[in-house]
Formats: sequence, structure tokens, C-alpha cells
Amino acid sequence: MIGLVIVSHSAKLAQGVYELAAQMAGDQVGISQAGGLADDCEALGTDAQKILSAIEEVWRQDGVLVLMDVGSAVMSAEMALEMLPEERRQKCLLSNAPLVEGAIVAALHAGLGEPLQAVNAAAESALSVPKYCRGQ
Amino acid sequence: MGREITIFQFRRWLLAYAARIIENESHLTELDTAIGDADHGVNMRRGMEKLQERLQEDAQTEDIGTFLRSVAMTLISAVGGAAGPLYGTFFLRAATSPTNGRSVDLIQLTQMFRYGLDGLQQRGKAQADDKTMIDTIQPAVEAMEAALAARQSAAVVLAAARQAAHLGMKHTIEIEAKKGRASYLGPHSIGHQDPGATSAYFLFETAAEALTTFNSSGNSSERAA
Repeated sequence: MIGLVIVSHSAKLAQGVYELAAQMAGDQVGISQAGGLADDCEALGTDAQKILSAIEEVWRQDGVLVLMDVGSAVMSAEMALEMLPEERRQKCLLSNAPLVEGAIVAALHAGLGEPLQAVNAAAESALSVPKYCRGQ
Repeated sequence: MGREITIFQFRRWLLAYAARIIENESHLTELDTAIGDADHGVNMRRGMEKLQERLQEDAQTEDIGTFLRSVAMTLISAVGGAAGPLYGTFFLRAATSPTNGRSVDLIQLTQMFRYGLDGLQQRGKAQADDKTMIDTIQPAVEAMEAALAARQSAAVVLAAARQAAHLGMKHTIEIEAKKGRASYLGPHSIGHQDPGATSAYFLFETAAEALTTFNSSGNSSERAA
């Protein structure tokens, strides 16, 4: 079973995505969130140390998948990975999945006990699933 | 070689940098309003206020490497926008450069800036002329290296860095943004000075002031502390 980390510039958005994902995941999947800045919950931004703590909080031997929103979230997540010990870094993956859809899909697949790469592939495939078919 | 640059001077440098950024918050906000998301001033001010607090608490820090790591961690946690991981990486990487513990010679100082620049380029993946802080920092580091190779003094090396940084910052007015939020504007970004290049310039402006003065008022009490 893998762990999931939700990263957003906004603490409220991270909390909301966390709730959506947790509803799909079942009890076995660890999910944590790193939204906003450590010292200032209202400020928008990402914090590599907060992301690092979130990864450590849900650490699983099978690995951890990190889902991010936009812009500097990616740079901050890359920094967090570099702060991990080498053996953990290799089992930690940054996902290209869209945050909301990706987190829901990842939670579902993680709950089925799928390995890290498979969960990520499923989450990233959420990019290509249309939400709405025009003209039908 | 001249006198070595001490940890006290590093501390004065970053206190001066924090003050300069806070003074210029509205200027940075204006620049970022024109081509970005208007948050660079407020983000940097928040980071610098935290840095000031940290520098007050850490007055006794043992060595320059630890000191720079502490600066990096403060900026990573407190700045928020892309500038947080970027400045954080600059100082984190600079902290891995060789020192003599509580001081550096001019060769080590120049190398420290080079380490920071290399880290920054790896993190942000920006090149020269992308209209980013790299356009300030890269020519400044190259000017330091050239002045060092010409066996100049610390004052001359840092003055050269400051001048190159200033030219680099002004050059961002003429070019189109290729990285960051401003790149969405394409050619419309031309004519505006880059906010990140501007906050990066202050790093060299304050370095030229603080790293070349040895006997300011605080020095003897710092030594006694």
C-alpha cells in the first residue's frame, strides 16, 4: 500500500482535495497534505519543509505519490525530495496528474493495493478523460 | 589575498539585504503587477521579516555553512512563491562551498556565488535572456570570476559584481520573458523590468556594501559576543 501527499498553494484547497481523496481511499491508504506556508495559514505558497514533513508522515515501504497544483509547487516538491534520504527518494514520485481528479483516482487505485507506478499512471490518465461531451 | 570575509560580515550582508527588500516592497509589487501575479513584493517582505527574526536568534552561529543553510531554510518556508525555492536553493548550494569555518577568502567567496548560481539554474531551469533572476546573477558571478582572475581586491571584485548585476537587471527590460508567469505575456513582457532580477540585484548591491567593510560599529561587540 502506498501513501499519497496533496500539495497546494492554498491550505484550504489542500484540505478540500484531501477530504475528497480520503472518501475514496479506505482506511489503509495514508494521505497527508501540505497546503500553504508553515507559519502563515492564510498566505498562498508552498513550503518544501512542509512537503517533506507530509511525505514522512505517510511514509510507506511501497512508496509515496506526491500530487501538486501549479507553478512553484513543483519546485518545492523537488526540493522536498532532495531532502529525503536516498533510499526513500527512490520510492517517492512526483505526479503530472491534475490535482483534484488525480487525487481521487490515485486514492481509489492506492486503496486497491496497486504499486506506485500503476497508481501514478492511473492518476495521470485522468488528464485525458473528458469531463463533458459537447453536443450530446 | 587581503583580509578574509567573516561570518559577521555575512550576517550584516543579509540583514542589509532584508532591509533593502523591505524598503523596496512596493517597487517589487509594481514590477510584478505589470508582468506577473503581483506577489513578489509581499512574498519577499514576508521572507525577509522571518530572516531578520532568524538572524537575531542565530547571532552565535558557528560557521558560515550552517549560517547559510539556516538562511536557506528560512526563505524556503517563509517566502511562498517561486522565489522561495529559488533563493532557498541559491543559499543551500552556496552553503556546500568550501570555507575556513567562520571566514572565507576571496576565492572561496567567488566560488560560493558560483555554487549558488549553478544550483539556481538546476532548480529553475532558466537560461540567460529568459528574463529571470539568472539575468542578474549570472553576469554578476562571471564578473566576480573575471575580476578575481585579474587579482583584484575584494572591494573591486564585489563592485564589478554589483555593476554587472545592475546591467543584467536593466537588460531584462529589453527582452521577452521565457520562464515564469511573465512568459504567458510573450512579447508584451518587453519594456518591463523583471521583479526577480530586481530582488536579485539587491543581493549584490548589499554584498558590495557589507562584505567589503570591516570595522563598522557592530563588529567589536559581535567579536566579544
